[in-house]
Amino acid sequence: MMTTQDKLAILADAAKYDASCASSGAKRAGNGEGIGHSDGMGICHSYTPDGRCVSLLKILLTNFCTYDCVFCVNRVSSDIRRARFTPEEVVNLTLDFYKRNYIEGLFLSSGIIRSPDYTMEQLISVAKQLRKVHKFGGYIHLKAIPGCSQTLIDEAGLVADRLSANIELPTQQDLVQLAPEKKSVVIESTMSQIALRKDEADEDRRRSKLAPKFAAAGQSTQMVVGATPANDRQILTTATHLYGQYKLRRIYYTGFSPYPEADTRLPLAATPRIREHRLYQSDWLMRFYGFEASELTTPEAPDLSLTEDPKTVWAKGHPEFFPVDVNAAPRESLLRVPGIGYRNVERILSIRRYHALLVDDLKKLHVRLKQALPFLIAVDHLPGRTLAQDSQPGLQLDLFAPISALTGSI
Amino acid sequence: MHRVPLQSDFEAWRAAARDALHAGFRPEELDLQDATVPSTLALTLDTDDVATGAPIVRPHTSKAFLETAAIVAVHRSPDRWNLLYRVLYRLQSERNLLQIETDDDVSQLVRLEAQVRRDLHKMHAFVRFRKVMEASDPSERPVVVDEPIPIDPDPHAHHLVLVTPTPFGEVKTEIEACPPPVSIPDKDCEHFVAWYEPDHRILPLAAPFFAERFAIMRWSILTPEASVSWDPIAKKLIFGPGVPRESAPAEDELEDLWRTYYASIFNPARLNQEAMRSEMPVRYWKNLPEVALLPALIGGAQTRVAAMVKRQQQQPTAEPFLPAQRSLPALRDALPSCKGCELYCHATQVVPGVGASNSPLMLVGEQPGDQEDVQGLPFVGPAGKLLHKALAELNIDPASIYMTNAVKHFKFIRRGKIRLHQSPRMSEITACKPWLLAEIEALRPRVILCLGATASKSLLGGTFALMRDRGKILATPHAERVLATVHPSAVLRGRDQQSIEQLYQFLKDDLALAWKSAQATASPASFLVSPAQSSYSR
Repeated sequence: MMTTQDKLAILADAAKYDASCASSGAKRAGNGEGIGHSDGMGICHSYTPDGRCVSLLKILLTNFCTYDCVFCVNRVSSDIRRARFTPEEVVNLTLDFYKRNYIEGLFLSSGIIRSPDYTMEQLISVAKQLRKVHKFGGYIHLKAIPGCSQTLIDEAGLVADRLSANIELPTQQDLVQLAPEKKSVVIESTMSQIALRKDEADEDRRRSKLAPKFAAAGQSTQMVVGATPANDRQILTTATHLYGQYKLRRIYYTGFSPYPEADTRLPLAATPRIREHRLYQSDWLMRFYGFEASELTTPEAPDLSLTEDPKTVWAKGHPEFFPVDVNAAPRESLLRVPGIGYRNVERILSIRRYHALLVDDLKKLHVRLKQALPFLIAVDHLPGRTLAQDSQPGLQLDLFAPISALTGSI
Repeated sequence: MHRVPLQSDFEAWRAAARDALHAGFRPEELDLQDATVPSTLALTLDTDDVATGAPIVRPHTSKAFLETAAIVAVHRSPDRWNLLYRVLYRLQSERNLLQIETDDDVSQLVRLEAQVRRDLHKMHAFVRFRKVMEASDPSERPVVVDEPIPIDPDPHAHHLVLVTPTPFGEVKTEIEACPPPVSIPDKDCEHFVAWYEPDHRILPLAAPFFAERFAIMRWSILTPEASVSWDPIAKKLIFGPGVPRESAPAEDELEDLWRTYYASIFNPARLNQEAMRSEMPVRYWKNLPEVALLPALIGGAQTRVAAMVKRQQQQPTAEPFLPAQRSLPALRDALPSCKGCELYCHATQVVPGVGASNSPLMLVGEQPGDQEDVQGLPFVGPAGKLLHKALAELNIDPASIYMTNAVKHFKFIRRGKIRLHQSPRMSEITACKPWLLAEIEALRPRVILCLGATASKSLLGGTFALMRDRGKILATPHAERVLATVHPSAVLRGRDQQSIEQLYQFLKDDLALAWKSAQATASPASFLVSPAQSSYSR
């Protein structure tokens, strides 16, 4: 007979390859009847030595699985140890951990047992017990099992803060090879079910505050990167499609890393961490900086540079766009300057209403000057030289030069 | 210089600042000293200045500044009161000052605020509660005791007290009485206690978070300078003096489980200590129960990854033992050399497939049994005899079909003199699969009939459900028509006569269907698969 501790070791181990662990995006006030609330910020209660945040109790209900996805540690053909939690065990673990302030809530996933519908019902029953019986107000993230029925998605969204269906691999071709039972059509139809239901629910809530919330923190997905030859251009194209089509809150790019009993068709070494990092940088550029997927790579060089960040690469490829004047350029242009983040863009826009910015001001804002200076103009700086060091006093300034004698405060 | 010593109290600063503005003190004429830091109170010889600025009778400020100031007020920097006054003074004439983050005062203000906010965030994250119950354990830890109330005139009056032993004696904090058993029917009187050392004086700012989150729990957070308890009945925070570390409980029953979780969720293939340390700086470690595992986890990571990679490379497969030429005789000759998995060590011999090399029908069983292992021929044991009986009843000549197994060696455990059949593991089925695929390639049968779950899973995938999908003709990459039926040994193991007859009927029906299908496809146009039957495709 397995103890809860044995099961926890197996079923947490089985869940660790899913990177999404965020607990942000859903505000839930304490209800006074049970434990738990969520302030919308997300909290990491610990960090493991892989640098990953421990925010939720991330476990599988069971790692028995009827599917045989090559890239997955829980595939049916793997010889790993198997276990299955009862819903009560998960409920008690969640509450006990939560009471000691170890976690923000529960992230529950599962191997596919019997059928997608049956599996989904099991996940929902755990979440329902937490919410209804124990009045649990913490964060709940449920995996949406691809191919389960619309009614189950509707139910899941009422008890969960976030739902996610994993796209798993960047292209349909990859899925055919490595995940024969999963079809991107089925996965995407589940995403679309979630997106549609959420739209309806949000619409209802605009009419009446009494309408129930549906998956307040939206949906996310995960892509395993580096298990197949798919290049970054394909990955970013898929990402754009998913963000656009299903209003995903986040896409997690997880670099492939070796795991026990892996299939021989998989790579032996982990995908370099920097590739994952570059994909996240590009993802951010697409969501917050106005870049398109097609701008970040080219058909000739379809992979992101591992040595330079994607914004710098783009900037070097588009000299016609620069230099950008921090004291005059519009927001969209400032966002494209390497070394300036979107928060600093807002600060610059606010400060320049009161005085023109010098290089020293940028330094105080912690702009990465080394990266930024070649691409921007400040009152005392033109790319290639720093004006303050130019010792040609008395030179008549040109009224039509890129820096105007009329704008500066010096 | 006008000096005003201030305690760590935002309201005291507000009062002092208001007075100073009224009097017209310029920031450089005023020193709002931190009374908790002795050095700043050192006597100096210069005189107490008078205000030279214009008195500001009706000072104004913004909500945003007050919010920021309340946060900066708990910072440990002794200079924070002067900074706040300087900004407040400048705000009187420079209304937009806070927007200009490049200003030295503003950037300092923003920096202090960020540090306190980060400290708050980390406190919300890293507080660890430990559960304490009644006073049954004699060791030095906080206990909840039920004692008479000394000042109450009623001699029977008593109350619950949290007693925390300290080097200076016991510190007692009164706890509201446990609610009557009706409202919490299942629990004892639980009390959760945490010890925490924040960088700044943030306890009053941090407590409301815990009050909302753990509203129905009885909890206390103890820090060196202050402590706070939550009363879940009155919904009230009760602040008290600081206590030493020893007064907090030393452990909790759940911590082993928590450490198990922490160790299991760590992926050794992605070791990245710098990222961990930057988010969870070492100064927080001493109060985190899971951190005790770090040396073992970090030290063992490389070995674990190396072991995984080695196992993956050495995953059993028969692939290297297959001959270049894929004809049935060549395969038969090469088979005895196979050491693709461990099974060859114990079996007597390998059991190759038998039958006509031009057979349109291929039967795939699970693995050789005891008899087959001894004789070196497939389907000669009890199950094989049953199969031959069924074939005879259907008038099918066994010599006209090809019979083989998904796994070519006998797997068993010894029980005295008997060798008990043992199902092959998935890795062994996978390891042996190249032989089966090579046989299929060499024979090119029109129809493959899988006997039992092992063969079906090998050719039809892990999701194949035998009893649901048996007898259905499916198209696969291996052969145009593949179907599955029960294994004859399953018939022999039937529960009762009725189920034996039923299973035997399944076997016969499917054999007949497979044979008919194999015959019919000899002239392709004459046989059409009905749409319902071909719906399963992959």
